[in-house]
Amino acid sequence: MTDYKISAKGVQVYYGDTHAIKDVDVDIEDKTVTAFIGPSGCGKSTFLRTLNRMNDTIDICRVQGDIRIDGEDIYDSAVDPVQLRAKVGMVFQKPNPFPKSIYDNVAYGPKIHGLARNKAELDEIVESSLRKAALWTEAKDRLNAPGTGLSGGQQQRLCIARAIATAPEVLLMDEPCSALDPIATAQVEELIDELRQSFSVVIVTHSMQQAARVSQKTAFFHLGNLVEYGETDKIFTNPEDPRTESYISGRIG
Amino acid sequence: MSLILIVSIVIALAVIGYVLGVQRAVSSADGDQRILHSLKGYYGQNVALTVLVPSLLVLAIWAIAQPLLIDQSVSGLLNLEDSRAQSLAMADVRRVAEGLDTAIAQGALTSDAAANMDAETTDVRDLLGDIGVAVGSDVTPETLNAAQRYRGLSNTGSWARGFVVLAIALAGFAFALSRITKDFRARNIVERGVLVLLIAAASVAVLTTIGIVLSLIFNTINFLQAYPAADFFFGTRWEPSFSGRGGSSELGFLPLIWGTMFISIISLIVAVPLGLFSAIYLSEYASPRVRSIAKPMLEILAGIPTIVYGLFALLTVGPLLVSAFGQGGFFGVDWMSGGTAAMTAGLVMGIMLIPFVSSLSDDIINAVPQAMRDGSYGLGATQSETIRQVIIPAALPGIVGAILLAASRAIGETMIVVLGAGAAASLSLNPFEAMTTVTAKIVSQLTGDGEFNSPETMVAFALGMTLFVITLCLNVFALYIVRKYREQYD
Ligand SMILES: Nc1ncnc2c1ncn2[C@@H]1O[C@H](COP(=O)(O)OP(=O)(O)OP(=O)(O)O)[C@@H](O)[C@H]1O
Ligand SMILES: [Mg+2]
Repeated sequence: MTDYKISAKGVQVYYGDTHAIKDVDVDIEDKTVTAFIGPSGCGKSTFLRTLNRMNDTIDICRVQGDIRIDGEDIYDSAVDPVQLRAKVGMVFQKPNPFPKSIYDNVAYGPKIHGLARNKAELDEIVESSLRKAALWTEAKDRLNAPGTGLSGGQQQRLCIARAIATAPEVLLMDEPCSALDPIATAQVEELIDELRQSFSVVIVTHSMQQAARVSQKTAFFHLGNLVEYGETDKIFTNPEDPRTESYISGRIG
Repeated sequence: MSLILIVSIVIALAVIGYVLGVQRAVSSADGDQRILHSLKGYYGQNVALTVLVPSLLVLAIWAIAQPLLIDQSVSGLLNLEDSRAQSLAMADVRRVAEGLDTAIAQGALTSDAAANMDAETTDVRDLLGDIGVAVGSDVTPETLNAAQRYRGLSNTGSWARGFVVLAIALAGFAFALSRITKDFRARNIVERGVLVLLIAAASVAVLTTIGIVLSLIFNTINFLQAYPAADFFFGTRWEPSFSGRGGSSELGFLPLIWGTMFISIISLIVAVPLGLFSAIYLSEYASPRVRSIAKPMLEILAGIPTIVYGLFALLTVGPLLVSAFGQGGFFGVDWMSGGTAAMTAGLVMGIMLIPFVSSLSDDIINAVPQAMRDGSYGLGATQSETIRQVIIPAALPGIVGAILLAASRAIGETMIVVLGAGAAASLSLNPFEAMTTVTAKIVSQLTGDGEFNSPETMVAFALGMTLFVITLCLNVFALYIVRKYREQYD
């Protein structure tokens, strides 16, 4: 069991009376890309947010079940959600840059976690994060311009740069490519592949091709249930559940 | 014809016009409402508006013009040179005329008797006194004569008014009804009528503002002709004399603006941190239950009349401060001799401004999108890091606006200063000394019995004008900051 980076058992999530996630068991391996697919509203974002306790900020949201990262129960009262989130980074479905300069957006995480000893190191982190997120060539001349002044796709890449600058062990990405053009998408996918060398990545996507390209494992969600979870190749070529099959061939969703 | 009667007849005409307009429109389409250009209600509204708007407009203009014209024609009879004596005499004339009206209404006089009464043979003052109308002095023949003429003109005027207004209403009624056919574009005309009404409403506010500003400007110019501008703007002493002997008043503006600024700054030092912190607590930390209790409580604080704060300053805060900073007080220092001081007024004003700052800032902080907070929490930031580095910067333009608005209020505040700060105009640096402000002095200059054309009273306009210019600059500055910040981060 400790082989797994994240292991979730019997997870239930409620928004008030709405039962959004129903008894989900998932084991996510280290140094792997795991894709969550499923029709809109099936609970992919919700489940992703339980993995770094972002649901704590929603008053009406209740989470039950057992979620362990590196064998440690993250919903234990001894766990500090702030530390957890530094370890489990997140890129949100909608780009949400801070109303600060591009530089300050990326430097935000390293600064609050004290990752840089001096300005030069910080510059270094900012540059390498922006390079990895395929934003450096566009942003290098305007590092002091506000991040909110970028285009939607650039903002999304800025948020990716911001998340990897904190050097998380797990990166949760909620539809990171939904606003990107094919070139930027290819660059982000390359980045994901590179990140896999050192961390595990969980990515939510609506693109079957993308899931097939970047992930090793795929989980198919439907109406709050985890219908099928396994090797990406197997899910896309030989799904066990008829619902999975009709979803990937375009019949539900 | 009385005003109420005229207005009710016009309104009745409008209602009848509405009903007839609708009927006529329907019958012009042979009962098939679909071929009408507009919905049938618009035809009725068109008639009603054509009846109401021109006639009521004429009525309003008449109501302003008639007294002016009558005054002019009657005051010609009095033949007085001095304009002050003239206006006093006109007040008497109006009073006597009113008295005669009352007498007729009560049956003490017939209208003929009132019109032919002679001041030589009747004691008009006695007669009016009997029916409860007090006249200041004996009524001279000229006054009575003028009053009789005044009544006559008013009577004719109000008949003419009724006649003209009703004629216009009837003409509108007939004209609008006659135009109705099934293709008549009633909806477009009603739309335009509504637009005109809205513009009229907006211009009332704008024109009033312009009027107030102009009157301030002209009176300030008058004052500056009677009193040297340099002495007013740069004088360091404020010592008005009400004796009227002239020449002995010193009307220097500096001590007053100093007091205003001093007290405002003390109040902002109190209000801004407390207000901002409570806004942050309420919007970021408080549970919905606490918030639902605490926010209305703060808003009640905003609803307390300032005179109550003034009493609080005078009776509670002042003595408390004296017992702390006065002779033999808690701190063993002798800084404060009386309860009224800049500090007293500043502290209380600060408390008054807390809900102002906090409630505006709270709204602004709440308007920062949740996605911004999520982004910060998602990077492992704590709550206070998120607030300091993301939420406050995002909300800053609004918060600056709230603070400048609070500053405008502090500068314009009067009652707390009158009761809490004392009346001595001084250029002192000691916050425990009595001080006064521009607004408090405007009050005290106008509550004496000074004549209303001496520099000592006219100075009120100059003070008001300067205050207005200062708050205006503050507001423009606030707008500038907000806009500059918006450009950067929107
Ligand atoms: N903050 C919230 N409050 C109440 N209900 C919510 C909230 N967020 C999500 N839900 C509900 O939970 C369910 C799952 O939503 P979720 O956002 O996880 O879907 P999703 O799979 O990410 O969809 P999409 O692909 O459109 O992003 C939906 O029925 C949604 O209405
Ligand atoms: Mg989603």
